[in-house]
Amino acid sequence: MIAEYGHFALILAFAVAVYQMTIPMVGAAKGWHGWMESARPAALAQLLLMAISFAALTIAFVTSDFSVTLVYENSHTSKPLIYKISGVWGNHEGSMLLWVLILALFGAAAALFGGNLPPSLRARVLGVQAAVSVAFYAFIIFTSNPFWRMGNPPFDGRDLNPLLQDPGLAFHPPFLYLGYVGLSMAFSFAVAALIEGRVDAAWARWVRPWTLAAWIFLTIGIALGSWWAYYELGWGGFWFWDPVENASFMPWLLAAALLHSAIVVEMREALKSWTILLAIMAFGFSLIGTFIVRSGVITSVHSFANDPERGIFILAILAVFIGGALTLYAFRASAMTAKGVFAPLSREGALVLNNVLLAVAAFVVFIGTIWPLVAEMFWGRVLSVGPPFFNQAFTPFMIVLAIALPVGALMPWKRAALARSLRPLRGALVLTAAVMALVFAVSTGHSALAVIGAGLGSWLIFGALSELWLRTGSSGAARLLRLPRADWGKAVAHGGLGVTFIAVSLIQAWQVEDVRVAELNRPFQVGDFQMVLRSVERNDGPNYLAQRALVDVTRDGRPVATLTPEKRVYPVQGMPTTEAAIDYGFWRDLYVVLGDEQAGGGWALRTYVKPFANWIWGGAMLMALGGLISLSDRRYRVAAGARRTAHAATVAAE
Amino acid sequence: MTRLLHCLPLLLALALPISMPAFAVQPDEVLEDAGLEARAREISRKLRCPVCQGENIDDSNAAISRDLRLYVRERLVAGDTDAEVVDNVVERFGEFVLFEPRASGSGLILWLAGPLMALVAALLAWRFLRSRNVAPAETPKLDAAEQKRLDEIMRRS
Repeated sequence: MIAEYGHFALILAFAVAVYQMTIPMVGAAKGWHGWMESARPAALAQLLLMAISFAALTIAFVTSDFSVTLVYENSHTSKPLIYKISGVWGNHEGSMLLWVLILALFGAAAALFGGNLPPSLRARVLGVQAAVSVAFYAFIIFTSNPFWRMGNPPFDGRDLNPLLQDPGLAFHPPFLYLGYVGLSMAFSFAVAALIEGRVDAAWARWVRPWTLAAWIFLTIGIALGSWWAYYELGWGGFWFWDPVENASFMPWLLAAALLHSAIVVEMREALKSWTILLAIMAFGFSLIGTFIVRSGVITSVHSFANDPERGIFILAILAVFIGGALTLYAFRASAMTAKGVFAPLSREGALVLNNVLLAVAAFVVFIGTIWPLVAEMFWGRVLSVGPPFFNQAFTPFMIVLAIALPVGALMPWKRAALARSLRPLRGALVLTAAVMALVFAVSTGHSALAVIGAGLGSWLIFGALSELWLRTGSSGAARLLRLPRADWGKAVAHGGLGVTFIAVSLIQAWQVEDVRVAELNRPFQVGDFQMVLRSVERNDGPNYLAQRALVDVTRDGRPVATLTPEKRVYPVQGMPTTEAAIDYGFWRDLYVVLGDEQAGGGWALRTYVKPFANWIWGGAMLMALGGLISLSDRRYRVAAGARRTAHAATVAAE
Repeated sequence: MTRLLHCLPLLLALALPISMPAFAVQPDEVLEDAGLEARAREISRKLRCPVCQGENIDDSNAAISRDLRLYVRERLVAGDTDAEVVDNVVERFGEFVLFEPRASGSGLILWLAGPLMALVAALLAWRFLRSRNVAPAETPKLDAAEQKRLDEIMRRS
C-alpha cells in the first residue's frame, strides 16, 4: 500500500501545483490579496505531499519491496542500507522524484522566508516556481512513474550498478540537484520581476542569497562527482569534459556570473536586464543539462536512461519555459533602465569583465558539448569533441580571469585608477613571482603549465590575502575578525579558486606514473617511494567477490603507508571494478591499482604519485565555504530580522 | 564519469572468455624507449576508444583500445611521425576517434566560435561601459525662463 500512498501524494502535489501556478498569479494581476496569499500554504502543502511521496519510495527501497518495478530494477536484498537509500535516486525515475522534491523544497523555503517580499512579487515568484513544478510533475507522472507495480514480484532485485555503490556518489546527485533546482528560484524571481516590470536593488538583494545557495550546492555536487571519479574509476582522472560534466559546469559558470552581476544591481542599479537574462540562462542550462542526461541525444557515459520520448518531453519543457521567459524578456527588458553611472575602469567595469569571461567560457563549453550533434545534423560528420579541445578553447578565458580578478576585486566603485588598485598588490606580485621561480626550479623539463598554473593560483591567493589586509586599514590584525562576512566570503572563495588552479596544473605537470608487473616481495621505485607487493588474497564483501593486494610503501627506509588495492566482481550485475588504494597526503597522493595475475608470475600493478591532488577539491570546498560565509553576511541577516518582526506584527494584529 | 560502465556490456560480450583486463595500459605494452613511450601516451590521450562512450584509448579497458595502443606503438617504432600515426588511425575509424576535432571546413566554426564570441561580447561590454560613462555634469541646460529666474535669485542674494 505504501507505494500507492506515495503515488497518490505525487498526484495531489501535481494538483496543488496547478492551483499554485494559476490562482496567485491571477490574484497578483487583479490585486486580490487573499488569492495572492494562498500561494504560501500551497507551497508548503506541495512540500509536505512530496515529502510523503519521496518517503514512500524510500521505504519501498529500504524494505526491498520488489513488487515495485523500480526497486526490482535497482536494488537487491544484500545491498548495504545506505546504498538501498541512495538507490532511490540512483536511477532515472527516482532522481526525477528527487528533482521535484527539491523544487517543492525551494518553493516552500521561498514561502517561509519570503515574508519581506512585496506580496505581489512573492505571489508571482511562487506562481512561476509552481509552473516549473507542474511541468516536471507531468513529466514524472506521464513518462517516468517510479511507483509502477509488477504483477508477479520477483524473489530478488537486479542490484544497483556497483560503480554507484559508493559514499561519494551517494550524495553527489542530491547536491547537484539542489544546485540545478536552486537556480529555478533565480529564474522564478527573474520572470516575476519581468511580469512586475520592476528590477531594483531590493530585488537583487532577494535574489542573490538563493543564487548563492544554489551555486554553493552546485560547487559541492561537482566536487563530489569529480572526487568520486578520481578514486573510483581507477586511473585518478578528475575531470573528463564529458557531456554530463559539462551539463553541470555550464550552470555553475553562469551562476557564478549571475552572483557577480547581481552585486552590481544591488549596489549600483546597473546591469539589470543582463542580470535577468543571466538568471533565465542559468536555469535554462540546468534544463539543458537535464535534457542532455535524460535524452541520450549526446552519447555520454552518464546517460543511463536514454529514452527519446523523455528527451522530447524535457525539450518541450525547455522550449516553453526558456522560450517564454525570453519572449517576455524581449518585451520588458527595455523597461529596466540603468541608473548607476561609472567609468569603464571601476569595480562595475571589472564585474562586467568577469561576466564576459564567465559567459563566453560557458558558451565555449556549450558549443563543444553540442558540436557532435550539430556536425552530424548539418554535415553528416560523425566526430568527437574531447578534452584536448576544451583544454585549449576554455583555458585562455580562465587565465585572463585569474590575472584580472585580484586587481578588479580591489577597484573602488564608480571610478578607479589602475596604478592605485595595483599598489596594494605589490606584495602579492612579489610572492607570486617567487612561487613561479620556485616551481620553475623544481620542475623537471621546466613545464610551462606548472609555472603558469601555480603562478596564477598564487596570484589569486595572495591577492585575496592582500585585500583582506587592506580592508583592515591602519588598525591592523585586530580588525580582521570584525570585517563584514561578505569580505571574508569573497576572500575565501577567490582564494579557493586559486588553490584549485594550482592543483589542476601541478597534478598534470608533475604526476609520476608507473605501470609494471610486480613480483611478490621484490621492491621497486616510483618517484621518491619504494614499493613492495607483499601478498594478494581473497577478501569478499557482502555483495561482491574480491582480491586484495597488500603493498608496503617506504621512503628512505621509513614506512609511509600500507595500501590495499582491490579487484572486485559484483556477481548480480556481472561487473568487475577496481578499487584503487590511495594514501592521501597534503602534498601528494599515492594511488595504487591492482591488475591481473600474470602468466609468468607476479601481478600487474599501476602506481601514481599525484601531487596536490587534494587541493583540487580543497579549493572547491573553500569556494563553497566562501559562499556560505558570504550567505551569512549581515545584509541578509538584517533582512531576515526585519522579516521576523514584520511577521510577529501581523500575528499580533490577528 | 561512469564511462567504464558503458564500455563493459560491450566488453563483456566481446571478451568474456578471455580474462578481464583490469586496467588500461598494461605492463607488456610499455615501450623500452621512454621518449617513444611518452609520445605514444600523448597520442593515446587524443584518440577515442571506438566502442566505449567517451574514454580515450589510454584509459580504456576495451580490447580494441589495447589493439589501438599496440598499433600506435608499432607505428612509432617504425618511425612514423605523430601526425602520420593519428592520420592512419583516423583513416580506419573515421573522425569519431579524434578527441581533438580538426580545425578544417565546418570544424573551423567550432574552433572560432569561442574567440569570435569573446570579441562580440567584449565589443558589447565596451559599448555598454561607454554608455554608462556619462559625465555627472549631464544636468539639462536651463531654458530661457529658468535662466531668468535663476538670475533674479542670484541678484537678490
